[in-house]
Amino acid sequence: MQFQSQAVAKPYFIAAIGLFIGQILFGLIIGTQYVIGDFLFPEIPFNVARMVHTNLLIVWLLFGFMGAAYYLVPEEAERELFSPKLAIALFWIFLVAGALTIVGYLAVPYATLAAVTGNDLLPTMGREFLEQPTITKMGIVVVALAFLFNIGMTIIAGRKTVINIVLLTGLTGLAVLFLFSFYNPINLVLDKMFWWWVVHLWVEGVWELIMGAILAFVLIRLTGVDREVIEKWLYVIIAMALITGIIGTGHHYYWIGTPEYWQWWGSIFSALEPIPFFMMTVFAFTMVNRRRKEHPNKAATLWALGTAVMAFLGAGVWGFLHTLAPVNFYTHGSQITAAHGHMAFYGAYVLVVITMISYAWPHLQHNAPASNGRAQLLEMWSFWLMTVSIVFITLFLTGAGILQVYLQRVSDTPLPFMVVQDKIALFYWLRLWTGVIFFVGLCLYVYSFFAKGKETLASS
Amino acid sequence: MDTPLHDDTGALPGDFAIWIFIFAELLVFGVFFLAYAFARANNVELFNESQLQLDRISGAANTLVLITSSYFVVRAVAAIRDDDSRRCVHWLAAAIGMGSVFLVIKMFEFADKFSAGISLSTNTFFMFYLSLTFFHFMHVILGMVILAAVLFKARSGGYSAASHIGVETGASYWHMVDLVWLILFPLVYVIH
Repeated sequence: MQFQSQAVAKPYFIAAIGLFIGQILFGLIIGTQYVIGDFLFPEIPFNVARMVHTNLLIVWLLFGFMGAAYYLVPEEAERELFSPKLAIALFWIFLVAGALTIVGYLAVPYATLAAVTGNDLLPTMGREFLEQPTITKMGIVVVALAFLFNIGMTIIAGRKTVINIVLLTGLTGLAVLFLFSFYNPINLVLDKMFWWWVVHLWVEGVWELIMGAILAFVLIRLTGVDREVIEKWLYVIIAMALITGIIGTGHHYYWIGTPEYWQWWGSIFSALEPIPFFMMTVFAFTMVNRRRKEHPNKAATLWALGTAVMAFLGAGVWGFLHTLAPVNFYTHGSQITAAHGHMAFYGAYVLVVITMISYAWPHLQHNAPASNGRAQLLEMWSFWLMTVSIVFITLFLTGAGILQVYLQRVSDTPLPFMVVQDKIALFYWLRLWTGVIFFVGLCLYVYSFFAKGKETLASS
Repeated sequence: MDTPLHDDTGALPGDFAIWIFIFAELLVFGVFFLAYAFARANNVELFNESQLQLDRISGAANTLVLITSSYFVVRAVAAIRDDDSRRCVHWLAAAIGMGSVFLVIKMFEFADKFSAGISLSTNTFFMFYLSLTFFHFMHVILGMVILAAVLFKARSGGYSAASHIGVETGASYWHMVDLVWLILFPLVYVIH
C-alpha cells in the first residue's frame, strides 16, 4: 500500500462481500419459491425477496465501486485521500441506511414502509430496482455527493491520470443519472422512459466507464505494460461504450408507448453494444500476453481475465440475443431477460469488483503484493465454481426462456403463463441447484481470506 | 500520446487508435445503411415517393463542399510534411470553413423539412433520412472539433515534418466523415 488513506477501502470491501452473501441467500430463496410457491410464505413473499435480492446486488456493487475508488484514486493521484475521516463516516451512514432499508422491506408490508417514510410527500417508490424509500434515495444522493467531493478533491490536488478522470466521470454520471429516480411522472410511458435513464444508462453507460477504469488500473499493476498503451485502449473502449450505449437505451423503448423510430434506433445502436465489451476482452488478453513482469498475484489476473470474457458473454452476446426489435417482440420480459441479467451483472460488475478486491486485499491486509499460495488457490477454485455456475444458470434460464417464448407466444396454440411455468419447472430446479453450487463457491471465496499458507509472506 | 497500440502499424496513417474508432464508426453507419436497404426492400414505393421530396440540389452541393474540404485537409497534411506549419494551419482553417458551409446548408434543409411538418414519425423513409443525416451532421461537428484541436496545436508549432501524427489522425477522421456522406448521399437522395 503506497498511501495510508487507501486503507479506508477495507471496510467497503468487507461490507460488499457481506452484502453479496445476503444477495445470494435471497437468490436461493426466490429460486426455491419459483418451484415451491409458498416457501417461506407469508414471512418472506416472493416480491419482497426478489426486491432484496436485486437491491442488495446494487448496494454491494456500489460499496465495491466506492472501495475501489478509495483504493485506486490516491495511488493514481499520488497523494493521500482528501479526507479519510469523511470516507469512514460515509461508510457507516451508507451501511446503516442500507441495512435499515432492507429491514424495512422485510419487517413491514411495502405499503406501510411507503407510508411511514413519507412517500406521499415525494412519491418515488414502487418501481423495480428503485424501490428504496424516498429518504433512502436522498441519503444515497448525499453519500454520493460527499463521496464525489472526497475523491474529486483528491484528484484535483494530485496527478491527473486518464484512469482517474474516466473513473470520476463514470462515478459522476452514476450520481447525476440517479437523480432521475426522483422524477416520477404520472404518465406511465414517461415514467418508464426516464426510469431507464437510471437503470440502462447506469449499467450500459456510466458503469462501463467505472469498470474500464478499474480494469485498466489493475492491468497496469499486474502486467507492467506502459500506461500510455492502456490509456489509449481505455479511451477507445469508453468512446464506443457511450456511442452505442446512450442511444442503445432505445432497446427498452419498443412498444411501451414511445415513437416507432425507437425500434430502429434501439436495434441498430444496441446491436453494436457488444463491440466495447469485445474490445475489453481483446484488451485484457493483449495486456496480459505482453506483460513485462510476472506478478505474484495470479488470482487477480484470473479474475481480471474472467471479467473481460464473462462481461462480453453476459452483457455482449446474451444482450445481443434479444436486443433486435423483431426478436424482442417475442422475448420481451421472458426468462431470456433473466438469463442475460444474471450473466451480465456477474460478468461485468460482480467480477470487476472482485478483481479489484483480489488485487487490493493483500496490500490492505498483509502489506504484500499477493496472498499466500493456498489462499490464491482457494480464490481460483471459487472463481471457477461461481463462474461455471453462473454459466449454467444462464443456460438453464435461456432454455426456460426459449420454451416459455415458444409455448406462450409463438406457438399456434399459445398456453397461459402459469401453465407454461409448470411445464418449464425442470429448468427452475436445475437453476436452483446450480445456485447452491454458486453459493458453495462464494463460501469458498470468503474462506480464502482466512486461509493460512505454508510459505511466509513476502513483504512489499 | 503518440505511441501506437501496435509496433506494426503498417501503412495506416495517424494514430492506430483513431482507426479502431473509424472502423467502429463505419460499422455503425454500415449497419444503418443495411437497415435502410432492408426497410426499403419492403417498402420500395413509399421510399421512392418520399425520396422525391428531398432537396437533391443542396445534397449535391454538400457533396462538393465535403469533397473540397477533404482536399483542403490533404493539402494541410502535405504542408506539414514540408515543415510549413503556417500553410498547414491555413488549409485546416479552410477545411473547417467548408465544414461550416456544410452545416449551414444542412440546417436550411432540415428547417425546410421541419416546416413541411416532416418528422421522425412521418414514415419509415423519413425516419431513416432524418436519423442518418442528423447522425452524420453530428459527426461533421465532431470532425470539425478534432480539426480545430489539430489546428491550434499546429499554430503553436506542435507539429513538424518529422512528427505530425496528430495531423494525419485528424485528417483520417475527416476523410471518414466525408466517405460516409459519399455513400449516404446517393443511397438516400438519389438511388431509385
